[in-house]
Amino acid sequence: MATKTRRPTVVEKKLIGIADVVVDAAQRRRDPTLAIPVRALSNVTFNERRGLIEMGKRKQTRSFFNVAMAKRFMQTVLVADALAELQRANLTTSLREIYYRTKHTIKNSHENTFDAQDESDPLIEDLEVSLEALREELHVRAENRGSVVGPLVLADDGDTVNCARLGKGGYSVPSIVEPEYLQIRRCTADFVLLVEKGTQWNRLSEDKFWRRYNCVLLTGNGQPPRGVRRLARRLHEEHSLPVYVLVDNDPWGYYTYSVVKQGSINLAFESQRMAIPKAKFIGLSSADPESYGLPRNVGIKLNDKDIARARELLAYTWFSKKPWQEEIKRMLSSGLKYELDALANKDFQYLTKRYLPRKLKEKDWLD
Amino acid sequence: MASKTAARTAKKKSSAASKRPPAPAKRAPAPPAATVPDAAPPKPPVAKPAPTVTAVEMGARQRDISVSEFFTKNRHLLGFDNPRKALLTCVKEAVDNALDACEEAGILPDVVVRLDVVAPGDTPPPASQATRFRITVTDNGPGIVRQQIPPIFAKLLYGSKFHRLRQSRGQQGIGISAAGMYGQLTTGKPVQIISRTSARAPAHYFEVQIDTKKNEPRILEKKQITWEAPRGTQVTLEVEGRYQKGRASVDEYVEQTIIANPHVKLTYVTPEGETKEFARTFEQLPAAPREIKPHPYGIELGMLLKMLHDTTSHTLAGFLAGDFSRVSPAVAEEIVKAAGVSSRARPRDVHGAAAENLYKAIQATKIMAPPTNCLSPIGESAILSGLYQQIKGDFYTAVSRPPAVYRGNPFIIEAGLAYGRGPEAAESGAAKKEIPLAEGESDDADHELARVIRYANRVPLLYQPSACAITRAVLGTTWRNYGIAQSRGALPAGPMVIFVHMASVWVPFTSESKEAIADYDEIHKEINLALRECGRRLGAFLRRRERAHSEFRRRNIFELYIEEVVESCNRLKGGRLPTARLKDQLQKMAQKLTGGARTDELMGRNGGGPEGLPHSIIVTPDGVEGAVPAGVAAKA
Repeated sequence: MATKTRRPTVVEKKLIGIADVVVDAAQRRRDPTLAIPVRALSNVTFNERRGLIEMGKRKQTRSFFNVAMAKRFMQTVLVADALAELQRANLTTSLREIYYRTKHTIKNSHENTFDAQDESDPLIEDLEVSLEALREELHVRAENRGSVVGPLVLADDGDTVNCARLGKGGYSVPSIVEPEYLQIRRCTADFVLLVEKGTQWNRLSEDKFWRRYNCVLLTGNGQPPRGVRRLARRLHEEHSLPVYVLVDNDPWGYYTYSVVKQGSINLAFESQRMAIPKAKFIGLSSADPESYGLPRNVGIKLNDKDIARARELLAYTWFSKKPWQEEIKRMLSSGLKYELDALANKDFQYLTKRYLPRKLKEKDWLD
Repeated sequence: MASKTAARTAKKKSSAASKRPPAPAKRAPAPPAATVPDAAPPKPPVAKPAPTVTAVEMGARQRDISVSEFFTKNRHLLGFDNPRKALLTCVKEAVDNALDACEEAGILPDVVVRLDVVAPGDTPPPASQATRFRITVTDNGPGIVRQQIPPIFAKLLYGSKFHRLRQSRGQQGIGISAAGMYGQLTTGKPVQIISRTSARAPAHYFEVQIDTKKNEPRILEKKQITWEAPRGTQVTLEVEGRYQKGRASVDEYVEQTIIANPHVKLTYVTPEGETKEFARTFEQLPAAPREIKPHPYGIELGMLLKMLHDTTSHTLAGFLAGDFSRVSPAVAEEIVKAAGVSSRARPRDVHGAAAENLYKAIQATKIMAPPTNCLSPIGESAILSGLYQQIKGDFYTAVSRPPAVYRGNPFIIEAGLAYGRGPEAAESGAAKKEIPLAEGESDDADHELARVIRYANRVPLLYQPSACAITRAVLGTTWRNYGIAQSRGALPAGPMVIFVHMASVWVPFTSESKEAIADYDEIHKEINLALRECGRRLGAFLRRRERAHSEFRRRNIFELYIEEVVESCNRLKGGRLPTARLKDQLQKMAQKLTGGARTDELMGRNGGGPEGLPHSIIVTPDGVEGAVPAGVAAKA
């Protein structure tokens, strides 16, 4: 009877609303229908004033009595049910666990509710956008994919974590870093450096770059996960630290930077809580090979996919500033991309000892 | 060094002794001389001028080649290229002869095929390891008169079927004697024959071999014996071979023979000692094909000259009207007039330019297509019963095309199709589906391709599928139009057997071993038309089944999901929902949306009947519908 004594959370109420949609429609002899905002480039706009990607108003409907949608409707209700269960039990879980929790064989048939996880994942995103609840609020977490070191003291589940005393491995950033779960006790850094690649983060951590330049070193091992983005945003907001992003010089690196800065197309509605519109692109720029004397032979030829992606980026409004158009076009005209690791060609510690110091000194970054 | 000189002397010896043509002998000594510049032993042959051969010497070496000698050297032309294929060819030739004889005599064939392993020592090796087999084929046919036994079995190109234009399995008079010759070549054993023409006549036992030089039979043994069968022939061959199951095996040949010949009762004793009985499922002998005269469109100039020379007619018009089919005296007059030759000319005197004009005139004159009573198609119902009996499926259909003509030879194409895995498979599949599927598993995991079974004059063709007009026509048919998947340049995909039969007085094989049908345009077109008709019927069946299925699914989807949705909503609402009422409300809406009674009707029996699909059988777990032949139905 625990459910009766507890008051449902806001998110739980929203989830129960899905059941109400079905009950109300049935009573009025109507087809139960959910309205889900469209998650596509066509339904996002770039708010230049705020520097954010915002979701438009277009919605798609998902009705039960439609052969093409019936299964997805049923699955959506199942996922909502599982998410409400998490709320009641106050547990967090992974996308994969949601999939297993909701998977079963439908009675009197050999059909499974879900056949693979890629059926349930988008439904969770659907619910996030239509209920306007963050994934963290839905108690769904991702893998801990990210690390931090630097002059930063955190409190996690009552434990004090001093990120300056965690060796070169650092603290593994949890997927949910909301103030209820993770508190920032003290931060004396001057800026945040978000590195795309784990290998280069290791290089900087090993060389104690953060000590010398008094910064917080963050990495997301690729496209940074929500926890890392959110932590960077909190450091930026709560401690007014500038954020610099260091990525590979290829279209995917540019996009990684833009996700940190303006938010992603898929989950545009979260931009206002995740994006850091003032984040700066510190490297690797397509101008760097020349200014830092990187030989042409450490470059990699752009493949067809790279070129197509770069062209797409050129068309995004948030890349329409002149320096950015030049930056991308310069890469296209050279026909080459460069990895951060390529800096090792000059010296193993080139990144730590030459490249970043010079960048910071010259304030050589893109906005 | 030593070995090189040895090789050279050996070569010299052989070139001196052999009767090889001069060219290689001349060339042979040269290369070693070049590679060994100053070999000390015998005289370096490089100094000697190459031996020349005079025309007289060459002329002395020219001599006749007997057919038997030719085929001994070129046995691959007759289908004896490897031991496995040779075993099949021997069985095939013996069975073909038995069936031809029975049918010509109007007897429902009753054939026993027996394969025994012949052991070199005391313990016979397992059938799969054995290299020598005794093949015994016994029939209940008319028997063979004593004098004819030796030449039939031990003389190549001897027979009754080559010169006449009439549909039969054999057509060249090579087969069985070649099989005997192969046995003689590989095991040294003669062919043993027992034959008896009636219960009153004695049975004769012969052992014959072929004299390959003369192409004449050599009788090793002949005697009268007592034989339990009142009538028939038994042939025993001992050959080197290999018994291996699977594609193009003796087992496959036997099974395919039964499909196209449901009027045959066949007993097959495998080398492993297993006896397979194939009962007769069609109690009617195929209509006896008539012999016809050649059609004028089908002959070449040389053939015309020969016929002009050999005819017994006294006038040209008489020759044309008498020796060809479909040439009436009026048509003969027309041809002769067009050729500018006198109708009273003696056929023997027509040669040179006149004969050529005559040939051209024949081609230019409109002549009726050849008669088709020389053909004996299997018939749609017999094909259906053959397929239905031997292949498990859900849908069967058969098509016989009207007769057509290529190069003056009439022919008929028949096609059949068996689709599906049969109701048993569907049921066991349904049982299997009760187990929930794990991630990555799916119901339809198999991507098997259709199997094409090819026949010429009721004989299965097992080799060289890609060279055959039938395979090409199957590949060239757009199966996707009929709801069957097909990748580019591949056979259609699905649990399907495609049956194609060509019946003709003269089947144009691509080689003497009769493995593939030549791709004449007319033949290709007919096969295509027959396959398309089969495809259309299959498409209709599949669409109908799919429609019933999807209506069922449509209805089912909502019913299945309503349960899930209501349960989830109830849990979301903390278990305080009137679930029964909600379910009822949703179900009513579902029924209204999917058409209620109309769906029931579509899902019912009237959705799957074979109406509108001629010569087809549909098998469902509930029963069999369609033109099931009486004999089969009684047995089922």
